[in-house]
Amino acid sequence: MKLSDNIKNTLLGPLSKNNPVAVQVLGICSALAVTVELKPAIVMGLSVTIIVALANVVISLLRNTIPSNIRIIVQLVVVAALVTIVSEALKAFAYDISVQLSVYIGLIITNCILMGRLEAFAMGNKPGASLLDGIGNGVGYAIILVIVAFFRELFGAGTLFGFRVIPKWCYEHGYVNNGLMVMPAMAMILVACVIWAHRSIDKDLQEK
Amino acid sequence: MNFLKKTVDRLEPTFSEGGKLSKLHSVFDGFKTFMFVPNTTSKSGVNIHDAIDSKRLMITVVIALIPALLFGMWNVGYQHFIAIGQDAGFWQQFFFGFLAVLPKLLVSYIVGLGIEFTSAQIKKEEIQEGFLVSGILIPMIVPVDTPLWMLGLATAFSVIFAKEVFGGTGYNIFNVALVTRAFLFFAYPTFMSGDQVWVRTRDAFWWGAGDKLDTISGATPLGQLATSAEATATYHDILGNIIGFKEAFLGMIPGSIGETSTLAILIGGALLVITGVASWKTMLSVFVGGALTALAFNTWGPDTAIAHLPWYEHLVLGGFAFGAVFMATDPVTSARTECGKWIYGFLIGVMAIVVRVLNPGYPEGMMLAILLMNIFGCLIDYFVVQRNINKRLKRISK
Repeated sequence: MKLSDNIKNTLLGPLSKNNPVAVQVLGICSALAVTVELKPAIVMGLSVTIIVALANVVISLLRNTIPSNIRIIVQLVVVAALVTIVSEALKAFAYDISVQLSVYIGLIITNCILMGRLEAFAMGNKPGASLLDGIGNGVGYAIILVIVAFFRELFGAGTLFGFRVIPKWCYEHGYVNNGLMVMPAMAMILVACVIWAHRSIDKDLQEK
Repeated sequence: MNFLKKTVDRLEPTFSEGGKLSKLHSVFDGFKTFMFVPNTTSKSGVNIHDAIDSKRLMITVVIALIPALLFGMWNVGYQHFIAIGQDAGFWQQFFFGFLAVLPKLLVSYIVGLGIEFTSAQIKKEEIQEGFLVSGILIPMIVPVDTPLWMLGLATAFSVIFAKEVFGGTGYNIFNVALVTRAFLFFAYPTFMSGDQVWVRTRDAFWWGAGDKLDTISGATPLGQLATSAEATATYHDILGNIIGFKEAFLGMIPGSIGETSTLAILIGGALLVITGVASWKTMLSVFVGGALTALAFNTWGPDTAIAHLPWYEHLVLGGFAFGAVFMATDPVTSARTECGKWIYGFLIGVMAIVVRVLNPGYPEGMMLAILLMNIFGCLIDYFVVQRNINKRLKRISK
């Protein structure tokens, strides 16, 4: 039973209790940049999940052979290779979204969640556990992105996944899309609201 | 008054601990201290006592705002009847403006106080009176045709995110009324600028309806200057007659409700200075900063209409005077040290004119200038105090 508890913690912890965005406040930069609409947010979440999971496994396999004084360089090389693969794959199969995400796919290399997981987890754990940890953190990141993007797209453009959700009727009666939602400043406030809600539900997370 | 006092005293047990309505204690206490000076004194610490407390302070500011508000109401009606080409007497104009502005005041107070009361009740604290002033400021710094639901939403946003999350009255970093305006400005730019919102052409409560004349242009003087293709600083009223310093100073121009009349604002400002509620140093230095920057742009600036605007006209157009007198002097968000007030005010004046002249996207820079300097208020104070400490340390070591 102990083992399965461990697995559960590694996989599910990052979704809530140890969420990389809402609790550790990592990866905020890209969370603000790609969440104007839902579609790019989901693609970004998936890309990060795949890259963290694979990078975690690779680094975990190499962990005993990497000299500790050049470990950051090794980690970066691994991540950069994976990011390039994902970026090329997106260009080939989802060109429009890759244009929309522009530099932010490339900038996954510098996403602090990645370096954080590689340093804190993959360097000291077996490949299996590292894979679960990577998936957990990637999905935890994606959840926040989707929540923020949901509100930004709904109130900023009146659409979800590009489909009109707020009916024409409302616009005829004076409703107007909120221009502030499209700006990064509002994304920051929305992330803050997510953190606020999260901590009022989960009282353990509140700082004294 | 005696009757009122007796009623309040009789009701007190119902609302205090153990009473039937003890849940509404904060609300009761708020109303009680609103009408009567509390007879309790502080229980801990050393405090300097004065006849004035923050409720009296706030009321003074509200009184000081009344000339500008009344003028604003009249101006709304005045512009309206010109725009629909009807002759109207003074009282008709005023009454129309009153009807047009009243819903804004109500929305701002109901939404803002509603949130304040609720959050005080949740936190089991006394209701604080900070919103008394913000509530009257908010309708005065928006165009007359901004929809009410936007105003309500913006007020709710700013009371929650600019004030309550920071800890309530006295803890906010940014001026609450200006955050409301900034929210509106960035969220709904078409309802906060341009030439459609400054002059009301439709009716107010089914009264004073008429058809807008085709020759009317509703842009504010600053809006006209920002989009002007010529390099001469001329601006006109809504009929197209060229106007100058006098009209701008008196305030018969389109603009946000309370900001147009520099004269009415200065009357309020004089009251604030005489009662000692607001600092004359901040006010003066805002004007000085603005005037010097405008002079610099006159001499070395780019060859655009707004850069050629004389300094004394910069100070009476748009929200400059209103911001200088009522916003920059906000005791919570401004610098508090005497030397700091000079620096703080001066930089507001400089920034406001810089935004006006160099960014054609923002015809008015006062809001952004004050919000920006709000951030630096504490920092300025810190350096002023630190400099003083260092000076004294040097004196000791000699």
